[in-house]
Amino acid sequence: MRELLDAESVDRGLRRVAGEILERHPGQQNLVLLGIRRGGVPLARRIGYWIEQLESVKVAFGTVDITLYRDDAATALANPRIGPSEVPFSLDGCAVVLVDDVIHTGRTVRAALDALLDYGRPRSVELAAVIDRGGRELPIQPDYLIRRVEVGPSERVDVVVGSGGQPVVLARPYGSPSIAPGGTLP
Amino acid sequence: MTGERLRHLLGIEGLELAEIERILHLAETFLEVSRRPVRKVPTLRGKTVLNVFFEASTRTRSSFELAGKRLGADVMNIGGSASSTSKGESLRDTIATLDAMHADVIVVRHSASGAAEYVAERTRASVVNAGDGMHEHPTQALLDAFTIRRHRQRIEGLKVAICGDIAHSRVARSNAWLLPLFGAEVRLAGPRTLLPRSIAPWNVQVFDRIEPALEGADVIMMLRIQRERLGSSLLPSLREYAREFGLSPERLALANQDALVMHPGPINRGVEISPEVADGPHSVILDQVESGVAVRMAVLYLCASGEPVTPEGG
Repeated sequence: MRELLDAESVDRGLRRVAGEILERHPGQQNLVLLGIRRGGVPLARRIGYWIEQLESVKVAFGTVDITLYRDDAATALANPRIGPSEVPFSLDGCAVVLVDDVIHTGRTVRAALDALLDYGRPRSVELAAVIDRGGRELPIQPDYLIRRVEVGPSERVDVVVGSGGQPVVLARPYGSPSIAPGGTLP
Repeated sequence: MTGERLRHLLGIEGLELAEIERILHLAETFLEVSRRPVRKVPTLRGKTVLNVFFEASTRTRSSFELAGKRLGADVMNIGGSASSTSKGESLRDTIATLDAMHADVIVVRHSASGAAEYVAERTRASVVNAGDGMHEHPTQALLDAFTIRRHRQRIEGLKVAICGDIAHSRVARSNAWLLPLFGAEVRLAGPRTLLPRSIAPWNVQVFDRIEPALEGADVIMMLRIQRERLGSSLLPSLREYAREFGLSPERLALANQDALVMHPGPINRGVEISPEVADGPHSVILDQVESGVAVRMAVLYLCASGEPVTPEGG
């Protein structure tokens, strides 16, 4: 097990992403942060917190659950853990920033795009991620990124809550005890 | 809790509590889908659901149809009078034809008890029983349990009175299996001629008057009086039935103050239930309709997801 990013680097990265989002969206016109359940949700909240610190504005916030939109939903998920999507407003005309923890194949983001389009027709959709571990299977790239890493195919990369109660990024071999997204280290 | 797909849903009898919990848990999620601006997800895209109704039904059929469509499946309705059965085809040949169409799920309603099982033995598709004769109507019992839970957060310890033509009711039978599994106290009430000969397999009480069953009840399920039973020796007149067994405001007062009034529909106003009660604050009859779509989405999802036939899948 190795730590790719410590808690301080993750938080500094989220703060930088918040700044970049504000640069590209002056005046925060109809800006919406959408966390992809479950790993992206606390990160999206933290980005929202930093935006509030930087500009003293509150940005609209929602979550999407992609389980029902997965491209293998009808074949692989006999016992899915489906959570609620919470988008309590129409996304018509909004500038959506999707937030996820790790971008890998791109399939999660593809599913999230399908899911969010059911809530309206946004003006634009961008993607923010903490870690890009490569291995893309679809032409999808992050617009905001904290770190790109090189890991072998036998390693998994997770954003988990470290001993200090803050998110850290770990690389571990597949088959090591799984930690729920945003979960705490044993 | 198992993670396997549901092969068939033929009845509540024989289902384990964990399996029922899994269906009800999934239904919570699907309830949310029905409340969105876009009430459709692509989960069962490319899957085929056949609604095969040999017996008239509007609400159950449309509930299954909506459930399938909201999950993105292709749904086809095959009705009794428009189908080849009216041209003399046997049920066996009808099933063989439907099976050759590569349906993933066949939802079947038939007037013969045991018809769903008969179909299940002769098709590769998953079979969901939407009511077979006087046997079972499992999705109705599931949606009843789901509705009670939404209002009371529990079923355990509740007193549930089921009133009407118990002997001929598949809704009563499915509920008599299901509710005691959750720890409810079930009371069946009806005219003596419309009570089952034996209640041996169920953990329930039986009354030939409605009042003792209503005493302190938390949930009251009224069953529809089927007019085809009228005039026979079983049920002399509707007026007499309404007087002896109809749920009036006075009788409702015997139940718990916050009792839920349920009915699987369609209701006969002024017969088994008075209009004041059907439209009153205790009635959750329309919630049952909403719950029905969510529960049937969960059942269709569990039947149609996963690779057909082979138990493995990644």
